[in-house]
Amino acid sequence: MLVLTRKIGQSIIANDNIEITVLDVQGDQVRLGIKAPRSVAIHRKEVQLEIEAENRRAAKVERVNLKNIIKKG
Amino acid sequence: MEICTKHFGNIKVDQDLVIYFGKGIPGFEQAKKFIILGNEEDLPFRWLQSVDLPELAFVLVDPFLVKGDYQIDINDEIMGTLGIESAEDLNVFAIVVVPEDTSKMSMNLKAPVIINTKNNRGMQVALDTEEYGVRHYILDELRKQEVEAYVGSNKEDRPVNHCK
Repeated sequence: MLVLTRKIGQSIIANDNIEITVLDVQGDQVRLGIKAPRSVAIHRKEVQLEIEAENRRAAKVERVNLKNIIKKG
Repeated sequence: MEICTKHFGNIKVDQDLVIYFGKGIPGFEQAKKFIILGNEEDLPFRWLQSVDLPELAFVLVDPFLVKGDYQIDINDEIMGTLGIESAEDLNVFAIVVVPEDTSKMSMNLKAPVIINTKNNRGMQVALDTEEYGVRHYILDELRKQEVEAYVGSNKEDRPVNHCK
């Protein structure tokens, strides 16, 4: 892993078109500003992990009768 | 090609119906080929059955049926990757978790499965919004929808007096 030290207001540039700026540091929280083309997907890592975990839960499905689970009316 | 599935026993896979997930499904990146199975009586549920890993299958639901105001915004990069030219070519599904207590079944609206029906390419997309989570309880959402429909119909049913 590349490790860089930055101060508030300083940035890093990745791939010429992605800029990540340290906006604020308070205690153990860091606020980051990210400028990137709309085509670049940016997510908190928890989101990715959450989706993977939910998919694993979904894959545990046993043989179920899906009929009548949703009853109309 | 024939595969032995957990839920449907032995099935013949029609190559024309195979949907290719270039990135797999998060958590199951090695599973890239899927087919959609199901019969009329299971609707609105369907199965996303892996061809590579026959023991792997997900239950899918049409999210718009469960949550009428569900909205998705897919960026150009993903549209390009899937080769989507028109919204009409899009099929959108939510992956369902079916726990032992089926009344607690939930769907993932944060990351819907998007399929281009024109070229059979699919992807699970993490939406760029905080609005939706990975666990929306299906029966709760349906109940909400019913209440809203009821309130809505009440409004419409109310006779409007145009005479003064």
